[in-house]
Amino acid sequence: MRDLTNEILELIRRTSSSLPPDVEKRLRESIEKEEPGSAARGALETILKNIDLSREKSTPICQDTGTPIFYVHYPAGWSTRKLKEQIRTALAEATKRSYMRPNAVDAIYDKNTGNNLGGDDFPYVHFEEVEGDDLTIELMLKGGGCENVGRQYSLPDNSIGAGRDLAGVRKVVLDAVHKAQGQGCAPGILGVAIGGDRGTSYIKSKEVLFSEMGTRNTDPKLAELEERLTSEANEMGIGPMGFGGKTTVLDTKIIGLSRLPASYFVSVSYMCWAYRRRKLTVKGGEIIYD
Amino acid sequence: MKQITTPITDAAIRDLKVGDAVALSGMMITGRDAVHKWMIDTFIKKTRPPQGDDLQVYEELKKILDGSVIYHCGPVVSGLDTKEYKFVAAGPTTSIREEPYQADVMKHFNIKGVIGKGGMGAKTLKGCEETPAVYFHAIGGAASYIAQTVVKVHGVFKLDFGVPEAIWVIEVKDFPVVVTMDSHGGSQHAVVETASRKVLDDLLAR
Repeated sequence: MRDLTNEILELIRRTSSSLPPDVEKRLRESIEKEEPGSAARGALETILKNIDLSREKSTPICQDTGTPIFYVHYPAGWSTRKLKEQIRTALAEATKRSYMRPNAVDAIYDKNTGNNLGGDDFPYVHFEEVEGDDLTIELMLKGGGCENVGRQYSLPDNSIGAGRDLAGVRKVVLDAVHKAQGQGCAPGILGVAIGGDRGTSYIKSKEVLFSEMGTRNTDPKLAELEERLTSEANEMGIGPMGFGGKTTVLDTKIIGLSRLPASYFVSVSYMCWAYRRRKLTVKGGEIIYD
Repeated sequence: MKQITTPITDAAIRDLKVGDAVALSGMMITGRDAVHKWMIDTFIKKTRPPQGDDLQVYEELKKILDGSVIYHCGPVVSGLDTKEYKFVAAGPTTSIREEPYQADVMKHFNIKGVIGKGGMGAKTLKGCEETPAVYFHAIGGAASYIAQTVVKVHGVFKLDFGVPEAIWVIEVKDFPVVVTMDSHGGSQHAVVETASRKVLDDLLAR
């Protein structure tokens, strides 16, 4: 089995310092919607300068390099134990090289481990065996500011008149965007899971954020709700950084899950504009980054 | 864009209004969750006795902070091994977590400005009127860009809090910020919250 430590280190460097092109494109398009001279437009201009500078200098786009979330899809024959070791070694090295901020803090004793390794679940690594010969490692870095404004609702929610249907889902997602204001580093991207238990619902609301900007759910009803939520969230006028403006949400992604008869959870994961996700593919002897 | 250098006078603070773009220069410190809690517990409410180098750091901070600025930031710093510190990435963190502490900390140390993101609440706004002080909003996530304005790292206190939570003493040149809470009771965050609440109510009624 091939050792991928160096390749994973490169994946981390790219993820932290180089924003994916689909996200950058959306940010560039949204500048035109904001008034010249406004704080909102100024914020977007600074954001774009920062994106260029980070890529050029291999420095973190955001100092909060977030929770490292790895999804590994591997063909039969790979050792997940060894892959996990390699991921952890690469992450500690990336921290030493300042691609990552030391971000793992023991919640009981308030001690930062200094190397981004904190127990078995930091970083978060998900493994899944797949058919075929290609191995892929996807990495998402999700900062704490946007993680803090994520929300989970248990429907019905009488405080905002949200029942157990897609109309109720719409209401709670809009409520979450309003409550977030600019604190999740708007403009944001919404990952929404409908159903599941409390745990799976949150996990899937993040997993759906691995898909490209503009990817619509294959169910037309959900695809329509995705578009509608993005558009209505922007009507609220919260704007970049909460300064007021037209661009509050860049995209919405919904996933429908199975639920228990008794439960109807809606989980909203808010992703900041620094929507850092990258992928590494091992194809035969070749390594592809995108 | 207004140019302001620390230490800042009360008159300069009273002159600032919501919406003003400012280029900040001079000495300031970083301080976020652990620092604010430590300041309140140890020196303001005194529910925890000073330990280790607490009193020594306190005396240093009183000098640096008088008329200066506290920046809500947990930076990425290189040179940890050699102590030749350099800020690599240094955008603002979400300020609202310091809402319970900020007004008291501002008044205690005579802090003239708080830099952060996302804005703060009514207690801090009142603190801004009384101190007087303002809230400077930096661009969240613009970490490489802002790090370039940090021309020198003068030192660090409380590194045992961890790199993001430590007190970094820095000198900045033309750090770009926008005043979103002023010393006259103005808050852009309150304005946007109220306006967007009205739209939300309309949307929920549909």
